[in-house]
Amino acid sequence: MTLAPDMAPPGGRSAVPGTAPGKLTDLFSLGLDAPICLTWELTYACNLSCVHCLSSSGRRDPRELSTAECKAVIDTLERMQVFYVNIGGGEPTVRPDFWELVDYATAHHVGVKFSTNGVRLDAAAAARLAASDYVDVQISLDGATREVNDAVRGPGSFDTALRAMQHLADAGLRGFKLSVVMTRHNIPQIDQFKAIADRFGAQLRLTRLRPSGRGADTWDELHPLPEQQRQLYDWLVAHGDQVLTGDSFFHLSAFGGALPGLNLCGAGRVVCLIDPVGDVYACPFAIHENFLAGNVRDGGGFEGVWKTSALFADLRKPDTGGACKSCGFYDSCRGGCMAAKFFTGLPLDGPDPECVQGYGEAALASVGSGASAGVGRGVPRSSVDHSHRTSPARPRGGAGSAPGAGGPVPVTIGVRPAASAPLGRPPAHDCDESPLAGFTPRPDA
Amino acid sequence: MTFDLDRAWQVDPRVSMRPEPFGALLYHFGTRRLSFLKNQTVLAVVRSLADHPSARSACLAAGVPEAELPAYARALATLAESTMISERISHDSRA
Repeated sequence: MTLAPDMAPPGGRSAVPGTAPGKLTDLFSLGLDAPICLTWELTYACNLSCVHCLSSSGRRDPRELSTAECKAVIDTLERMQVFYVNIGGGEPTVRPDFWELVDYATAHHVGVKFSTNGVRLDAAAAARLAASDYVDVQISLDGATREVNDAVRGPGSFDTALRAMQHLADAGLRGFKLSVVMTRHNIPQIDQFKAIADRFGAQLRLTRLRPSGRGADTWDELHPLPEQQRQLYDWLVAHGDQVLTGDSFFHLSAFGGALPGLNLCGAGRVVCLIDPVGDVYACPFAIHENFLAGNVRDGGGFEGVWKTSALFADLRKPDTGGACKSCGFYDSCRGGCMAAKFFTGLPLDGPDPECVQGYGEAALASVGSGASAGVGRGVPRSSVDHSHRTSPARPRGGAGSAPGAGGPVPVTIGVRPAASAPLGRPPAHDCDESPLAGFTPRPDA
Repeated sequence: MTFDLDRAWQVDPRVSMRPEPFGALLYHFGTRRLSFLKNQTVLAVVRSLADHPSARSACLAAGVPEAELPAYARALATLAESTMISERISHDSRA
């Protein structure tokens, strides 16, 4: 999970003598009184059906928080001094009260970054964004060409994103984010993404694909090949100062030098997720009952969940390292991503499925997953799915699916058994959102 | 970057500062950067910058020993570099 903010040098050294108790990572690993930032998915509704959507978004959930409930959450975040929220979905801008909530948050000293596929980002919205210091925007794009992008995000999505970026550039907004989830198909395009970002005066943000939500169905086809991981790492080392990563590639640090960032799984420690119905999960990539800490509608509200959840208390315990403890690279990668392990059926105290030292493949083999998050092998699945049931939803296999809907898709989609795809599952959220995304903290002082 | 301890400084108005057990977290809404202060003393210094005619005075009032002033100057320099703190126009100059 992208749990750490887009922070500068890992660990950071203390500039002040005396009391500094070790590295920043160590301080953060035990948790904070409040999240630095968090991801807040405002709706499961989305106009797209991205094949890797981490929240399986598509359809609105009738239980979604009302405007008044959202404002109450913002009041809490202000009181807790949560610096900002990463708003996503679904497509958050389709909520009729989206701008009202953005304005309410910034008026209450809670900064906003939001991720969008650009569908509602017209010239007026761009002008509005350009006028605010407290709102930042990320445009999601997963291919530097129409072909590669639309294969994952759906027909028309490339043009929509580029049109939105043009509006932002025309409005004079600089430094907005172009957010890309790295896949097998777009890693060869990294330099092209950089060129697109430069063309619009945007900053490139690259994040890791997780086998979460519909990403579980497409993980086998989309996750980077081993040699591509090396290519990505080398690129990040060479360009690390120009791109944001939401600290999502800390598992690659085991190639050698640590990448910029906290290099820490911040789940429940420094970040978390509030989903559209108010459920609080440890991380945006872990929408599963095992990582559900509570609900903002509970008596203690969000603050109660953050401070008293037994799950979060457990996540804040010092890492033991487990099976990775004896590995010489453990201090670099910290065992990788909790969600990636969980949704590929791996134990949480062992190697990441994409462990660059190769331990992930062995671990996958030993749990019978092969190199796959395939179904029917005891791999956990989220019960939350709001995927579209009809066009433009993609064929999902199993009873009740609509094979062929939405036209041919150049990506093979894994088959999900009907039994594990109840109609009640939530929709797809189009963005790979780090709760700490946009943070470019530096260890000062 | 050298830091002038004898000038007047202040926390940038766009910075939010949140005390934590280890010191404090700072977030700058303009640059969208996060920083942290690693102990309570430096937090006390930064918090009181605006109330002192110089950073040196703020340090000494917070109990920083003379010998450690260079280290605190380095810490403040880092904060100044990231615009978490900025120089304050002297009140005298208004006259």
